[in-house]
Amino acid sequence: MMDAIARLGKNTLAFLASFGRASQFLLGVLAGVPKPSVGLPLLLKQIYSVGVLSLVIVVVSGLFIGMVLGLQGYTILSDFGSESAIGQLIALTLVRELGPVVTALLFAGRAGSALTAEIGLMKATEQLSSMEMMGVDPLRRVIAPRLWAGFLSMPVLALVFSMVGVLGGMLVGVEWLGVFEGSFWGNMQASVDFRDDVLNGVIKSVVFGFVCAWIAVYQGYDCVPTSAGISSATTKTVVYSSLAVLGLDFILTAVMFGNF
Amino acid sequence: MAEAAYISLENVVFSRAGRRVFDGLSVQIPRGKITAIMGPSGTGKTTLLRLIGGQLKPESGSVWVDGHNIPKLRRGALFQLRKKMGMLFQSGALFTDVSVYENVAFPLRVHTKLPEDMIRDIVLMKLEAVGLRGARDLMPAELSGGMTRRVALARSIVLDPELIMYDEPFAGQDPIAMGVVVKLIRQLNSAMGLTSVLVSHDVPESLSICHHAFILSDGKVIGAGTPEQLRKHSSDKVQQFLQGKPDGPVPFHYPAPERAVDFGLGAQ
Repeated sequence: MMDAIARLGKNTLAFLASFGRASQFLLGVLAGVPKPSVGLPLLLKQIYSVGVLSLVIVVVSGLFIGMVLGLQGYTILSDFGSESAIGQLIALTLVRELGPVVTALLFAGRAGSALTAEIGLMKATEQLSSMEMMGVDPLRRVIAPRLWAGFLSMPVLALVFSMVGVLGGMLVGVEWLGVFEGSFWGNMQASVDFRDDVLNGVIKSVVFGFVCAWIAVYQGYDCVPTSAGISSATTKTVVYSSLAVLGLDFILTAVMFGNF
Repeated sequence: MAEAAYISLENVVFSRAGRRVFDGLSVQIPRGKITAIMGPSGTGKTTLLRLIGGQLKPESGSVWVDGHNIPKLRRGALFQLRKKMGMLFQSGALFTDVSVYENVAFPLRVHTKLPEDMIRDIVLMKLEAVGLRGARDLMPAELSGGMTRRVALARSIVLDPELIMYDEPFAGQDPIAMGVVVKLIRQLNSAMGLTSVLVSHDVPESLSICHHAFILSDGKVIGAGTPEQLRKHSSDKVQQFLQGKPDGPVPFHYPAPERAVDFGLGAQ
Protein backbone atom coordinates (compact mmCIF):
# COMPACT_ATOMS: atom_id res chain seq x y z
CA MET A 1 0.00 0.00 0.00
CA MET A 2 2.73 2.42 1.03
CA ASP A 3 4.72 1.34 -2.03
CA ALA A 4 1.78 2.15 -4.27
CA ILE A 5 1.42 5.61 -2.71
CA ALA A 6 5.16 6.19 -3.04
CA ARG A 7 5.06 5.14 -6.70
CA LEU A 8 2.10 7.42 -7.33
CA GLY A 9 3.95 10.30 -5.70
CA LYS A 10 7.11 9.58 -7.71
CA ASN A 11 5.18 9.37 -10.98
CA THR A 12 3.29 12.58 -10.20
CA LEU A 13 6.52 14.42 -9.46
CA ALA A 14 8.10 13.05 -12.65
CA PHE A 15 5.05 14.17 -14.64
CA LEU A 16 5.15 17.65 -13.10
CA ALA A 17 8.90 17.93 -13.75
CA SER A 18 8.38 16.86 -17.34
CA PHE A 19 5.51 19.33 -17.76
CA GLY A 20 7.71 22.08 -16.31
CA ARG A 21 10.52 21.25 -18.74
CA ALA A 22 8.05 21.16 -21.63
CA SER A 23 6.66 24.59 -20.65
CA GLN A 24 10.16 26.04 -20.37
CA PHE A 25 10.98 24.54 -23.76
CA LEU A 26 7.81 26.06 -25.24
CA LEU A 27 8.66 29.50 -23.90
CA GLY A 28 12.14 29.18 -25.40
CA VAL A 29 10.68 28.30 -28.79
CA LEU A 30 8.05 31.04 -28.74
CA ALA A 31 10.54 33.67 -27.55
CA GLY A 32 13.03 32.94 -30.31
CA VAL A 33 11.17 34.12 -33.38
CA PRO A 34 13.56 34.04 -36.35
CA LYS A 35 13.75 36.87 -38.88
CA PRO A 36 11.06 36.53 -41.59
CA SER A 37 13.71 36.26 -44.31
CA VAL A 38 15.17 33.22 -42.54
CA GLY A 39 12.09 31.80 -40.86
CA LEU A 40 9.60 31.95 -43.72
CA PRO A 41 11.36 29.53 -46.09
CA LEU A 42 11.90 27.11 -43.18
CA LEU A 43 8.24 27.44 -42.18
CA LEU A 44 6.99 26.86 -45.73
CA LYS A 45 9.16 23.75 -46.03
CA GLN A 46 7.71 22.39 -42.80
CA ILE A 47 4.13 23.29 -43.76
CA TYR A 48 4.68 21.21 -46.88
CA SER A 49 6.12 18.31 -44.93
CA VAL A 50 3.66 18.43 -42.02
CA GLY A 51 0.54 19.77 -43.70
CA VAL A 52 0.54 19.13 -47.43
CA LEU A 53 1.89 15.59 -47.12
CA SER A 54 -0.84 14.81 -44.55
CA LEU A 55 -3.55 15.78 -47.05
CA VAL A 56 -3.88 12.31 -48.60
CA ILE A 57 -4.61 10.51 -45.32
CA VAL A 58 -6.93 13.35 -44.22
CA VAL A 59 -8.88 13.40 -47.50
CA VAL A 60 -9.26 9.63 -47.72
CA SER A 61 -10.26 9.32 -44.06
CA GLY A 62 -12.68 12.25 -44.34
CA LEU A 63 -14.33 10.70 -47.39
CA PHE A 64 -14.89 7.33 -45.74
CA ILE A 65 -16.04 8.78 -42.43
CA GLY A 66 -18.51 11.01 -44.29
CA MET A 67 -19.78 8.01 -46.25
CA VAL A 68 -20.20 5.92 -43.09
CA LEU A 69 -22.02 8.81 -41.41
CA GLY A 70 -24.32 9.02 -44.43
CA LEU A 71 -25.07 5.34 -44.28
CA GLN A 72 -25.59 5.13 -40.51
CA GLY A 73 -27.50 8.40 -40.40
CA TYR A 74 -29.85 7.31 -43.18
CA THR A 75 -30.51 3.96 -41.45
CA ILE A 76 -31.44 5.61 -38.16
CA LEU A 77 -33.27 8.66 -39.54
CA SER A 78 -35.32 6.66 -42.03
CA ASP A 79 -36.93 4.82 -39.08
CA PHE A 80 -38.47 8.16 -38.12
CA GLY A 81 -39.11 9.27 -41.67
CA SER A 82 -36.69 12.13 -41.30
CA GLU A 83 -33.94 11.04 -43.67
CA SER A 84 -33.98 14.50 -45.21
CA ALA A 85 -32.16 15.72 -42.06
CA ILE A 86 -29.15 13.64 -42.98
CA GLY A 87 -27.25 16.65 -44.35
CA GLN A 88 -27.69 18.44 -41.05
CA LEU A 89 -26.53 15.39 -39.09
CA ILE A 90 -23.42 14.86 -41.21
CA ALA A 91 -22.38 18.50 -41.27
CA LEU A 92 -22.85 19.14 -37.54
CA THR A 93 -21.09 15.91 -36.57
CA LEU A 94 -18.16 16.67 -38.81
CA VAL A 95 -17.77 20.37 -38.22
CA ARG A 96 -18.24 20.28 -34.45
CA GLU A 97 -16.54 17.02 -33.51
CA LEU A 98 -15.18 14.54 -35.99
CA GLY A 99 -13.37 17.05 -38.20
CA PRO A 100 -11.14 18.53 -35.48
CA VAL A 101 -10.80 15.35 -33.40
CA VAL A 102 -10.14 12.75 -36.11
CA THR A 103 -7.82 15.13 -37.98
CA ALA A 104 -5.84 15.68 -34.79
CA LEU A 105 -5.59 11.92 -34.18
CA LEU A 106 -4.48 11.36 -37.78
CA PHE A 107 -2.03 14.25 -37.49
CA ALA A 108 -0.53 12.78 -34.32
CA GLY A 109 -0.08 9.41 -36.01
CA ARG A 110 1.23 10.68 -39.32
CA ALA A 111 3.01 14.02 -38.82
CA GLY A 112 3.55 14.09 -35.02
CA SER A 113 5.38 10.77 -34.92
CA ALA A 114 7.49 11.81 -37.94
CA LEU A 115 8.42 15.11 -36.26
CA THR A 116 9.46 13.32 -33.06
CA ALA A 117 11.51 10.71 -34.91
CA GLU A 118 13.21 13.34 -37.09
CA ILE A 119 14.17 15.61 -34.18
CA GLY A 120 15.16 12.62 -32.04
CA LEU A 121 17.42 11.29 -34.75
CA MET A 122 18.97 14.73 -35.23
CA LYS A 123 19.71 14.70 -31.51
CA ALA A 124 21.12 11.17 -31.55
CA THR A 125 23.44 11.97 -34.47
CA GLU A 126 24.61 15.18 -32.74
CA GLN A 127 23.20 17.37 -35.50
CA LEU A 128 21.46 19.59 -32.92
CA SER A 129 24.66 19.80 -30.88
CA SER A 130 26.74 20.70 -33.92
CA MET A 131 24.21 23.38 -34.83
CA GLU A 132 24.53 24.83 -31.32
CA MET A 133 28.31 24.84 -31.63
CA MET A 134 28.03 26.72 -34.93
CA GLY A 135 26.20 29.46 -33.06
CA VAL A 136 22.81 28.50 -34.47
CA ASP A 137 20.00 27.99 -31.97
CA PRO A 138 18.20 24.73 -32.83
CA LEU A 139 15.11 25.96 -31.00
CA ARG A 140 14.80 28.72 -33.62
CA ARG A 141 16.13 26.87 -36.62
CA VAL A 142 14.69 23.37 -36.17
CA ILE A 143 11.97 23.39 -33.52
CA ALA A 144 10.11 26.68 -34.09
CA PRO A 145 9.29 26.12 -37.81
CA ARG A 146 7.97 22.62 -37.02
CA LEU A 147 5.85 23.85 -34.11
CA TRP A 148 4.33 26.69 -36.11
CA ALA A 149 3.80 24.46 -39.14
CA GLY A 150 1.77 22.00 -37.06
CA PHE A 151 -0.16 24.81 -35.42
CA LEU A 152 -1.05 26.45 -38.76
CA SER A 153 -1.71 23.26 -40.72
CA MET A 154 -4.17 21.61 -38.35
CA PRO A 155 -7.15 24.00 -38.79
CA VAL A 156 -6.81 23.83 -42.57
CA LEU A 157 -6.57 20.04 -42.51
CA ALA A 158 -9.61 19.85 -40.22
CA LEU A 159 -11.64 22.06 -42.59
CA VAL A 160 -10.57 19.93 -45.56
CA PHE A 161 -11.56 16.81 -43.60
CA SER A 162 -15.02 18.22 -42.85
CA MET A 163 -15.58 19.38 -46.45
CA VAL A 164 -14.57 16.04 -47.92
CA GLY A 165 -16.66 14.27 -45.26
CA VAL A 166 -19.74 16.25 -46.26
CA LEU A 167 -19.12 15.31 -49.90
CA GLY A 168 -18.75 11.65 -48.89
CA GLY A 169 -22.03 11.83 -46.97
CA MET A 170 -23.69 13.43 -49.96
CA LEU A 171 -22.42 10.69 -52.28
CA VAL A 172 -24.01 8.03 -50.08
CA GLY A 173 -27.12 9.93 -48.96
CA VAL A 174 -28.07 11.68 -52.19
CA GLU A 175 -26.44 9.75 -55.00
CA TRP A 176 -26.81 6.24 -53.61
CA LEU A 177 -29.74 6.23 -51.14
CA GLY A 178 -31.82 8.83 -52.97
CA VAL A 179 -32.30 11.56 -50.36
CA PHE A 180 -33.60 14.71 -52.09
CA GLU A 181 -30.61 16.92 -52.85
CA GLY A 182 -32.46 20.15 -52.05
CA SER A 183 -33.38 19.05 -48.55
CA PHE A 184 -29.86 17.63 -47.97
CA TRP A 185 -28.19 20.99 -48.64
CA GLY A 186 -31.10 23.13 -47.42
CA ASN A 187 -31.31 21.50 -43.98
CA MET A 188 -27.57 21.71 -43.67
CA GLN A 189 -27.54 25.40 -44.55
CA ALA A 190 -30.37 26.18 -42.16
CA SER A 191 -28.89 24.37 -39.17
CA VAL A 192 -25.15 24.98 -39.39
CA ASP A 193 -24.23 28.29 -37.85
CA PHE A 194 -20.92 29.85 -38.83
CA ARG A 195 -20.05 31.18 -35.40
CA ASP A 196 -21.47 28.45 -33.18
CA ASP A 197 -20.45 25.48 -35.28
CA VAL A 198 -17.78 26.26 -37.87
CA LEU A 199 -15.83 28.77 -35.80
CA ASN A 200 -15.96 26.63 -32.66
CA GLY A 201 -14.70 23.68 -34.71
CA VAL A 202 -11.85 25.79 -36.02
CA ILE A 203 -10.99 26.94 -32.49
CA LYS A 204 -10.88 23.29 -31.41
CA SER A 205 -8.53 22.39 -34.24
CA VAL A 206 -6.29 25.36 -33.45
CA VAL A 207 -5.99 24.12 -29.85
CA PHE A 208 -5.40 20.54 -30.97
CA GLY A 209 -2.83 21.66 -33.53
CA PHE A 210 -0.90 23.58 -30.93
CA VAL A 211 -0.97 20.74 -28.40
CA CYS A 212 -0.10 17.98 -30.89
CA ALA A 213 2.78 19.95 -32.41
CA TRP A 214 4.09 20.91 -28.96
CA ILE A 215 4.02 17.31 -27.75
CA ALA A 216 5.69 16.06 -30.95
CA VAL A 217 8.59 18.53 -30.98
CA TYR A 218 9.15 18.33 -27.24
CA GLN A 219 9.25 14.53 -27.22
CA GLY A 220 11.82 14.60 -30.02
CA TYR A 221 13.96 17.26 -28.34
CA ASP A 222 13.80 15.63 -24.90
CA CYS A 223 14.24 12.01 -25.98
CA VAL A 224 17.05 9.74 -24.86
CA PRO A 225 19.31 9.82 -27.94
CA THR A 226 19.32 6.09 -28.63
CA SER A 227 17.22 3.91 -30.93
CA ALA A 228 15.15 2.71 -27.95
CA GLY A 229 14.78 6.30 -26.72
CA ILE A 230 13.54 7.54 -30.10
CA SER A 231 11.13 4.63 -30.38
CA SER A 232 9.75 5.37 -26.92
CA ALA A 233 9.46 9.10 -27.67
CA THR A 234 7.56 8.40 -30.91
CA THR A 235 5.12 6.15 -29.07
CA LYS A 236 4.67 8.77 -26.35
CA THR A 237 3.89 11.40 -28.98
CA VAL A 238 1.02 9.37 -30.41
CA VAL A 239 -0.33 8.28 -27.01
CA TYR A 240 -0.04 11.65 -25.26
CA SER A 241 -1.40 13.56 -28.27
CA SER A 242 -4.39 11.23 -28.60
CA LEU A 243 -5.24 11.43 -24.90
CA ALA A 244 -4.71 15.20 -24.81
CA VAL A 245 -6.95 15.69 -27.87
CA LEU A 246 -9.77 13.55 -26.48
CA GLY A 247 -9.54 15.13 -23.02
CA LEU A 248 -9.38 18.66 -24.36
CA ASP A 249 -12.24 17.92 -26.74
CA PHE A 250 -14.49 17.11 -23.80
CA ILE A 251 -13.51 20.31 -22.00
CA LEU A 252 -13.89 22.49 -25.11
CA THR A 253 -17.22 20.88 -26.00
CA ALA A 254 -18.51 21.49 -22.48
CA VAL A 255 -17.45 25.15 -22.70
CA MET A 256 -18.72 25.74 -26.25
CA PHE A 257 -21.88 23.71 -26.45
CA GLY A 258 -22.86 22.85 -22.86
CA ASN A 259 -25.54 25.46 -22.23
CA PHE A 260 -26.00 24.43 -18.60
CA MET B 1 52.92 27.70 -19.06
CA ALA B 2 53.91 31.29 -19.72
CA GLU B 3 51.47 32.11 -22.57
CA ALA B 4 48.19 33.90 -21.84
CA ALA B 5 45.43 31.35 -21.33
CA TYR B 6 42.64 31.45 -23.90
CA ILE B 7 40.65 28.86 -21.97
CA SER B 8 40.79 28.42 -18.24
CA LEU B 9 38.88 25.85 -16.19
CA GLU B 10 39.00 26.51 -12.47
CA ASN B 11 37.96 23.91 -9.89
CA VAL B 12 35.33 22.43 -12.17
CA VAL B 13 33.06 19.86 -10.58
CA PHE B 14 30.76 17.95 -12.90
CA SER B 15 28.71 14.79 -12.41
CA ARG B 16 26.64 12.76 -14.81
CA ALA B 17 24.12 10.07 -13.92
CA GLY B 18 25.31 10.11 -10.32
CA ARG B 19 28.98 9.62 -11.29
CA ARG B 20 31.53 12.33 -10.54
CA VAL B 21 33.27 13.02 -13.87
CA PHE B 22 35.40 15.99 -12.77
CA ASP B 23 36.26 16.68 -9.18
CA GLY B 24 37.90 20.08 -8.94
CA LEU B 25 39.49 20.03 -12.40
CA SER B 26 41.70 23.00 -13.28
CA VAL B 27 43.18 23.33 -16.76
CA GLN B 28 44.77 26.28 -18.60
CA ILE B 29 44.83 26.20 -22.39
CA PRO B 30 47.15 28.78 -23.99
CA ARG B 31 46.16 31.05 -26.83
CA GLY B 32 47.39 30.20 -30.30
CA LYS B 33 48.75 26.77 -29.39
CA ILE B 34 47.71 23.17 -29.92
CA THR B 35 46.75 21.53 -26.66
CA ALA B 36 46.03 17.82 -26.49
CA ILE B 37 43.71 16.32 -23.90
CA MET B 38 44.37 12.63 -23.53
CA GLY B 39 43.36 9.89 -21.17
CA PRO B 40 41.70 6.51 -20.94
CA SER B 41 38.15 6.01 -22.23
CA GLY B 42 35.42 7.35 -20.00
CA THR B 43 37.54 9.99 -18.31
CA GLY B 44 35.40 12.81 -19.65
CA LYS B 45 37.50 14.19 -22.49
CA THR B 46 34.48 14.89 -24.71
CA THR B 47 32.61 16.20 -21.65
CA LEU B 48 35.45 18.68 -21.18
CA LEU B 49 34.94 19.99 -24.73
CA ARG B 50 31.20 20.31 -24.09
CA LEU B 51 31.89 22.30 -20.92
CA ILE B 52 34.15 24.63 -22.89
CA GLY B 53 31.49 25.00 -25.59
CA GLY B 54 28.79 25.68 -23.00
CA GLN B 55 26.69 22.67 -23.94
CA LEU B 56 27.06 21.40 -20.38
CA LYS B 57 27.20 23.40 -17.17
CA PRO B 58 29.45 22.49 -14.25
CA GLU B 59 28.00 22.02 -10.79
CA SER B 60 30.63 24.43 -9.49
CA GLY B 61 33.76 26.14 -10.72
CA SER B 62 34.20 28.37 -13.72
CA VAL B 63 35.00 27.90 -17.40
CA TRP B 64 36.60 30.98 -18.95
CA VAL B 65 36.91 31.28 -22.73
CA ASP B 66 38.51 34.45 -24.09
CA GLY B 67 37.54 36.33 -20.95
CA HIS B 68 33.94 35.09 -20.81
CA ASN B 69 32.70 32.88 -17.98
CA ILE B 70 30.75 30.37 -20.07
CA PRO B 71 28.32 29.00 -17.43
CA LYS B 72 27.24 32.54 -16.53
CA LEU B 73 26.62 33.71 -20.10
CA ARG B 74 23.07 34.33 -21.30
CA ARG B 75 21.86 32.16 -24.14
CA GLY B 76 22.18 34.89 -26.78
CA ALA B 77 25.71 35.86 -25.69
CA LEU B 78 26.76 32.21 -25.66
CA PHE B 79 25.54 31.74 -29.24
CA GLN B 80 27.43 34.89 -30.26
CA LEU B 81 30.62 33.56 -28.67
CA ARG B 82 30.20 30.19 -30.37
CA LYS B 83 30.59 31.89 -33.75
CA LYS B 84 34.26 32.18 -32.80
CA MET B 85 34.44 28.47 -32.01
CA GLY B 86 34.63 25.49 -34.29
CA MET B 87 34.06 21.95 -33.15
CA LEU B 88 34.73 18.71 -34.90
CA PHE B 89 32.41 16.08 -33.46
CA GLN B 90 33.45 12.49 -33.10
CA SER B 91 30.58 11.32 -35.29
CA GLY B 92 30.98 14.19 -37.76
CA ALA B 93 27.39 15.29 -37.04
CA LEU B 94 26.73 16.29 -40.65
CA PHE B 95 23.20 17.30 -41.62
CA THR B 96 21.93 14.17 -43.31
CA ASP B 97 19.31 15.83 -45.51
CA VAL B 98 21.71 18.07 -47.48
CA SER B 99 24.82 17.48 -49.58
CA VAL B 100 28.46 17.81 -48.55
CA TYR B 101 28.58 21.23 -50.22
CA GLU B 102 25.52 22.50 -48.34
CA ASN B 103 26.85 21.15 -45.07
CA VAL B 104 30.04 23.15 -45.41
CA ALA B 105 28.17 26.21 -46.71
CA PHE B 106 25.66 26.15 -43.82
CA PRO B 107 27.59 28.35 -41.31
CA LEU B 108 28.37 30.86 -44.08
CA ARG B 109 24.73 31.07 -45.15
CA VAL B 110 23.53 31.55 -41.57
CA HIS B 111 26.16 33.95 -40.26
CA THR B 112 27.27 35.96 -43.30
CA LYS B 113 25.69 37.81 -46.19
CA LEU B 114 28.33 36.75 -48.70
CA PRO B 115 27.26 36.41 -52.33
CA GLU B 116 26.76 32.90 -53.63
CA ASP B 117 29.89 32.86 -55.81
CA MET B 118 32.05 33.78 -52.83
CA ILE B 119 30.39 31.12 -50.68
CA ARG B 120 31.12 28.64 -53.45
CA ASP B 121 34.80 29.60 -53.56
CA ILE B 122 35.21 29.37 -49.78
CA VAL B 123 33.41 26.02 -49.57
CA LEU B 124 35.51 24.54 -52.38
CA MET B 125 38.72 25.83 -50.80
CA LYS B 126 37.88 24.24 -47.46
CA LEU B 127 36.89 20.98 -49.17
CA GLU B 128 40.12 21.10 -51.17
CA ALA B 129 42.06 21.41 -47.90
CA VAL B 130 40.57 18.13 -46.64
CA GLY B 131 40.89 16.46 -50.05
CA LEU B 132 37.17 16.22 -50.73
CA ARG B 133 36.49 18.91 -53.33
CA GLY B 134 35.33 16.18 -55.69
CA ALA B 135 32.84 14.87 -53.13
CA ARG B 136 30.88 18.11 -52.91
CA ASP B 137 27.72 16.69 -54.47
CA LEU B 138 27.64 13.51 -52.39
CA MET B 139 25.15 13.06 -49.59
CA PRO B 140 26.47 12.27 -46.08
CA ALA B 141 25.06 8.73 -46.33
CA GLU B 142 27.40 8.11 -49.27
CA LEU B 143 30.57 8.96 -47.30
CA SER B 144 32.81 6.65 -45.30
CA GLY B 145 33.41 7.39 -41.60
CA GLY B 146 36.77 9.02 -42.30
CA MET B 147 35.38 11.14 -45.14
CA THR B 148 32.48 12.23 -42.94
CA ARG B 149 34.90 13.52 -40.34
CA ARG B 150 36.95 15.35 -42.96
CA VAL B 151 33.83 17.09 -44.28
CA ALA B 152 32.94 17.98 -40.70
CA LEU B 153 36.45 19.39 -40.29
CA ALA B 154 35.96 21.53 -43.40
CA ARG B 155 32.65 22.76 -41.97
CA SER B 156 34.15 23.55 -38.58
CA ILE B 157 36.85 25.79 -40.09
CA VAL B 158 34.70 27.46 -42.73
CA LEU B 159 34.10 30.56 -40.58
CA ASP B 160 37.81 30.79 -39.69
CA PRO B 161 37.20 30.47 -35.94
CA GLU B 162 39.59 31.58 -33.18
CA LEU B 163 39.20 28.34 -31.28
CA ILE B 164 38.80 24.91 -32.72
CA MET B 165 38.05 21.78 -30.73
CA TYR B 166 38.75 18.41 -32.26
CA ASP B 167 37.04 15.37 -30.76
CA GLU B 168 38.98 12.29 -31.87
CA PRO B 169 40.00 13.69 -35.27
CA PHE B 170 42.21 10.69 -36.12
CA ALA B 171 39.76 7.91 -35.32
CA GLY B 172 38.77 5.83 -38.34
CA GLN B 173 41.15 7.60 -40.74
CA ASP B 174 43.30 5.59 -43.12
CA PRO B 175 47.06 6.31 -42.84
CA ILE B 176 47.08 8.78 -45.75
CA ALA B 177 44.06 10.70 -44.47
CA MET B 178 45.48 10.67 -40.96
CA GLY B 179 48.71 12.22 -42.22
CA VAL B 180 46.70 14.88 -44.04
CA VAL B 181 44.60 15.67 -40.97
CA VAL B 182 47.70 15.90 -38.74
CA LYS B 183 49.30 18.26 -41.23
CA LEU B 184 46.11 20.27 -41.57
CA ILE B 185 45.70 20.76 -37.83
CA ARG B 186 49.31 21.95 -37.62
CA GLN B 187 48.93 24.27 -40.62
CA LEU B 188 45.66 25.75 -39.37
CA ASN B 189 47.29 26.50 -36.06
CA SER B 190 50.43 28.08 -37.46
CA ALA B 191 48.90 29.92 -40.43
CA MET B 192 45.79 31.28 -38.73
CA GLY B 193 46.98 31.48 -35.15
CA LEU B 194 44.10 29.31 -33.96
CA THR B 195 43.84 27.99 -30.47
CA SER B 196 43.36 24.27 -30.91
CA VAL B 197 42.12 21.75 -28.37
CA LEU B 198 42.60 18.19 -29.40
CA VAL B 199 40.94 15.26 -27.68
CA SER B 200 42.43 11.98 -28.82
CA HIS B 201 43.52 8.48 -27.93
CA ASP B 202 46.14 8.47 -30.63
CA VAL B 203 49.21 9.24 -28.55
CA PRO B 204 51.95 9.41 -31.25
CA GLU B 205 49.92 11.63 -33.60
CA SER B 206 48.73 13.92 -30.80
CA LEU B 207 52.16 14.33 -29.24
CA SER B 208 53.71 14.93 -32.65
CA ILE B 209 51.68 18.11 -33.22
CA CYS B 210 50.70 19.48 -29.82
CA HIS B 211 52.57 22.14 -27.89
CA HIS B 212 51.08 21.09 -24.55
CA ALA B 213 49.17 18.05 -23.38
CA PHE B 214 47.08 17.05 -20.40
CA ILE B 215 46.41 13.51 -19.35
CA LEU B 216 43.17 13.01 -17.45
CA SER B 217 42.24 10.15 -15.19
CA ASP B 218 39.59 9.80 -12.46
CA GLY B 219 38.35 13.34 -12.99
CA LYS B 220 41.73 14.98 -12.44
CA VAL B 221 44.83 15.95 -14.40
CA ILE B 222 47.48 13.32 -13.72
CA GLY B 223 50.08 14.70 -16.09
CA ALA B 224 50.65 17.97 -17.93
CA GLY B 225 53.37 19.60 -19.93
CA THR B 226 55.09 19.60 -23.29
CA PRO B 227 55.29 16.27 -25.16
CA GLU B 228 58.93 15.96 -24.08
CA GLN B 229 58.07 16.57 -20.43
CA LEU B 230 55.28 14.02 -20.57
CA ARG B 231 57.49 11.34 -22.11
CA LYS B 232 59.83 11.76 -19.11
CA HIS B 233 56.97 12.04 -16.58
CA SER B 234 57.53 10.12 -13.36
CA SER B 235 53.88 9.03 -12.90
CA ASP B 236 53.24 5.33 -13.56
CA LYS B 237 49.73 6.17 -14.73
CA VAL B 238 51.07 8.61 -17.32
CA GLN B 239 53.68 6.15 -18.57
CA GLN B 240 51.15 3.31 -18.71
CA PHE B 241 48.82 5.43 -20.85
CA LEU B 242 51.54 6.81 -23.14
CA GLN B 243 53.07 3.38 -23.72
CA GLY B 244 49.71 1.58 -23.94
CA LYS B 245 50.55 -1.06 -21.35
CA PRO B 246 47.64 -3.27 -20.23
CA ASP B 247 49.08 -3.73 -16.73
CA GLY B 248 49.59 -0.82 -14.41
CA PRO B 249 47.79 1.50 -12.01
CA VAL B 250 45.04 2.26 -14.56
CA PRO B 251 42.80 -0.84 -14.64
CA PHE B 252 41.81 -2.23 -18.02
CA HIS B 253 38.71 -3.92 -16.57
CA TYR B 254 35.62 -2.02 -15.49
CA PRO B 255 34.93 -2.71 -11.80
CA ALA B 256 33.27 -6.15 -11.55
CA PRO B 257 32.62 -8.91 -9.00
CA GLU B 258 35.25 -11.63 -8.57
CA ARG B 259 35.58 -13.90 -11.62
CA ALA B 260 34.84 -16.96 -9.49
CA VAL B 261 31.48 -15.46 -8.49
CA ASP B 262 30.48 -14.50 -12.03
CA PHE B 263 31.55 -17.79 -13.61
CA GLY B 264 30.03 -19.91 -10.84
CA LEU B 265 33.38 -21.40 -9.77
CA GLY B 266 32.95 -20.66 -6.09
CA ALA B 267 30.73 -23.71 -5.40
CA GLN B 268 33.18 -26.25 -6.84
